[in-house]
Amino acid sequence: MPNLQIFLVRSKLDMLRLVVLMLLLIPISAATLTLVGSAFKWHGVSELFGINATAFGAVVAEPGFWKSVSLSFWIGLITPLIALSVVMIFIAAFLNSPSFKWVWAIMKPVLAVPHAAAAFGLLFLIAPSGFIIRLLSPEISGFLRPPDWLIVNDPAGVSFALALVIKEIPFLFFVTMAALPQTDLRRTQIAAGYGHGQIWSWLISVFPAVYLQIRLPVFAVIAFASSTVDVALILGPVAPPPLSIQILRWMNDPDLAKGSIAAAAAIIQIGITLLALLTWWIGEHIVLHLARMAAMRGWRFKRDLPFRLFVGAIMAIAVGLVCFGIALLVLWSVAGVWRFPNALPEIWTFKSWVSQFQNLVETGWRAAKIAFVSSALSLMLVLANLENEHRSNIRPTRLAWWTIFIPLLVPQIAFMGGLSVLFLRLGIDGTLWSVVLVHIIFVFPYVYLTLADPWNAFDTRYLDVARTLGKSDNRAFWEIRLPILLAPVLGAFALGFAVSIAQYLPTLLIGAGRQPTITTEAVALASGGNRRLIGTYALVQTLLPFVFFALASLVPKIAWSNRRALLPTRMGQ
Amino acid sequence: MPVLKKLHILFAAAMLAVTPVMADEPDPKNWDQLLEEAKGQEVFWHAWGGSENINAYIAWVGDEVNSRYGVTLTQVKISETANVVARVLAEQSAGRDEGGAVDLVWVNGENFAAMKRQGLLMSYPWSTDLPNYQLTDFENKAVLSMDFTESVDGLESPWGTAQLTFYYDSANPSFVGNSPPTSLDDLADWIEKNPGRFTYAAPPNFIGTTFLKQVLYGLVDDIAVLRQPADQETFDEVTAPLWAWLDRVQPDLWRSGRVYAADTTNLKTLLSDNEIDIAMTFNPGEASSAVIEGLLPETTRSFVMDYGSIGNAHFVAIPFNANAKAAAMVVANFLMSPEAQARKSDEAIWGDPTVLAIDKLNVEQLSFFDSLAPGEATLSAEEFGAILSEPDASWSDALDAEWARRYGAGN
Repeated sequence: MPNLQIFLVRSKLDMLRLVVLMLLLIPISAATLTLVGSAFKWHGVSELFGINATAFGAVVAEPGFWKSVSLSFWIGLITPLIALSVVMIFIAAFLNSPSFKWVWAIMKPVLAVPHAAAAFGLLFLIAPSGFIIRLLSPEISGFLRPPDWLIVNDPAGVSFALALVIKEIPFLFFVTMAALPQTDLRRTQIAAGYGHGQIWSWLISVFPAVYLQIRLPVFAVIAFASSTVDVALILGPVAPPPLSIQILRWMNDPDLAKGSIAAAAAIIQIGITLLALLTWWIGEHIVLHLARMAAMRGWRFKRDLPFRLFVGAIMAIAVGLVCFGIALLVLWSVAGVWRFPNALPEIWTFKSWVSQFQNLVETGWRAAKIAFVSSALSLMLVLANLENEHRSNIRPTRLAWWTIFIPLLVPQIAFMGGLSVLFLRLGIDGTLWSVVLVHIIFVFPYVYLTLADPWNAFDTRYLDVARTLGKSDNRAFWEIRLPILLAPVLGAFALGFAVSIAQYLPTLLIGAGRQPTITTEAVALASGGNRRLIGTYALVQTLLPFVFFALASLVPKIAWSNRRALLPTRMGQ
Repeated sequence: MPVLKKLHILFAAAMLAVTPVMADEPDPKNWDQLLEEAKGQEVFWHAWGGSENINAYIAWVGDEVNSRYGVTLTQVKISETANVVARVLAEQSAGRDEGGAVDLVWVNGENFAAMKRQGLLMSYPWSTDLPNYQLTDFENKAVLSMDFTESVDGLESPWGTAQLTFYYDSANPSFVGNSPPTSLDDLADWIEKNPGRFTYAAPPNFIGTTFLKQVLYGLVDDIAVLRQPADQETFDEVTAPLWAWLDRVQPDLWRSGRVYAADTTNLKTLLSDNEIDIAMTFNPGEASSAVIEGLLPETTRSFVMDYGSIGNAHFVAIPFNANAKAAAMVVANFLMSPEAQARKSDEAIWGDPTVLAIDKLNVEQLSFFDSLAPGEATLSAEEFGAILSEPDASWSDALDAEWARRYGAGN
């Protein structure tokens, strides 16, 4: 059993590794057990309902169940497919163009936008009563009232998928950029030298190496898209909704017996996510086969200029949609009265900003504290683990990898209920630290995910030199490796910060209402549909991680302004 | 071991001395002592946090109970009351019998019934013993003692009343010169003549289910059957006219009936955006409030169905393991005070109708209500017509399930 290697303790650092695994494994398995127990009704909570083995039957018998399932399934596949294709082809086509830095610079703030904020922005933009039609009405379109068009909440989930795609593009862009330095880009030139088109050269020579490094983030996108709740609530189909929303409905049903139906549905949800992952895995093999065939036959796809322009346009639209959405949030946050078809508010007011100021500061500050501590702790744990892997010359085993990523792969809604019961039993809910602890479960994987590859790609000969000059391992770490890797380290921290800020369910359930953050407030206020408030809170929610993304790219530039070779200009990192 | 034994006895004596106080639940009949006990306690009130107005009102309540009774009130803003019920349930199953996270919760009938059945509420009657309860109109308003067909039994304290009300813009061309459709036939005709301009919230959302019940009330021959539990045999026969009515209007609904509104606030937003022409709400003052806020035009008006409309009340309840029961009762009592009730009725503040009997109030108490002038969008008391009480609770589930089968499966 080579997998058991992860439980071997040989040093202090190994001890840390064990701590991390326990930190992740214990809550996750406890939560999963509670979930299964609830679905089969033998756990404490579910004993109350009496024995009933038909929870799964009830789920399947729900009208529209198969439509809900297929919705979740196809959204889970189409989102990563489109987002990944756009990102890969865009980078292939434009990596060496002068405008690339620009796009990368815009991408970072876009990454900071929480999913729900992006979804609201999109809603305000493309809905029949949204900004685009307001702009055209009534002069051009002739509409005095919004057309009865099925643009958002469409039964097939197109607008829903669109929102996910425009939010996942920056994420996949980000992880790809982190992976590029470890990839020999000269391969593209060789392939191009054989007469292949620019995009095709990249796809057959660089993409396979890059993809291996970003495969887990792609899996995380599949899991997220197939089980997301907030975006689905805003833009998703209604009758029937995706399965995740059905679970939420059952969880929120006043009839407490529906709790076990929700648990059964959550297990089915995990199954759907796994099925989507399996389908993707099969797709990988098909694509690999086809690409090999094309390469073997000597297809060169030389004339790809129109295609390049097309992908460039899609990228511009995707980024533009998010940016316009944010601009609309700004407008709505100061809109006193803004009725259709006026393109701009009739009455402007800072009422929400003024009346909510104290609450915004209070809950924003708490969210920032939680996010800062949980991502700082996660970063420390990740660094310790990576350094341990390096010093002991071990690589994470498969089991360790999957353990780290379970929190990203298992739908959050599916196991938060069990996790909150665990915290309750231990009597550690409701404090700032318990919220930090539960955030780490979700922040740690993202920090690990973004930092591991740049870390491992570091040229360790620098460390050899340092040791030859008499530096200890520790000093080499602090004085050589960490400073050189400052940019990716801060980038990983910023991403972790953003992930923590966006946590809703964990904060609500573990915080027990004692730890309101900007995000729990935003969701509660969003339930009232007041757009001025939604705009106000969503903006603050965006601003917090944005500050850290900005710092993450500024600090290395300032710190290394006199160290040209350390400047993160290469690949725009 | 005599020393140990002595210690043991001492310890037991100490326990005995402490236990009666610990076990003694706060008693609203002994109000002065309860006030004393409440002083310095902190109440975590879990209440829907989706409305700026309501949050501001609750903050005002917090300031008042703090300066008057020394009680600290914190609103835990939630988006779903069921989350709170689940929270208390989790605490119950984890054995946390005191020091719970929830001190006071704003409940609707369904959640109250669930909490009552599950033993999640403070187990003895208390609300009827609150001093201000005597000012409420419990003699005439049945909705104050029967919450969603579940007997209140003093386990929750009334806070406001509600009645299903429709509202619209009277300056809208489709209404100019016509009275709004106040019968089901007229409403169906209106929907057919104005395709894409009417919708309701998808059940099991509360207002959506209520709309189904409202339509059902208007179509059954004998409403007595709705007071009985629904059973499969009569259900199809009784509800056949309801589905026929919904089938008739379905193709002419907003988005051709492929999308429904999410909830009350979504309906208001749709009306404000001019996506639909008629919205519905449980708060009769909502239209006027929205006019004051600038969400809806001054020409907004309300109407109710001519055969009566479904009405109910909303309440606050205290969980069995609340940490600050005495202070929670102080807050509940303050919520029923004439001053707090009058402020809540003010459409510039919230516009939620009072639970008090105006004729029980003395001059000073009445003065709080004197300055209130309901907006033109609010119906007068006479215009509200009959209140239809909720059908037996079993009808909700049955109607929701059948609706989902017919319209919610995306066929």
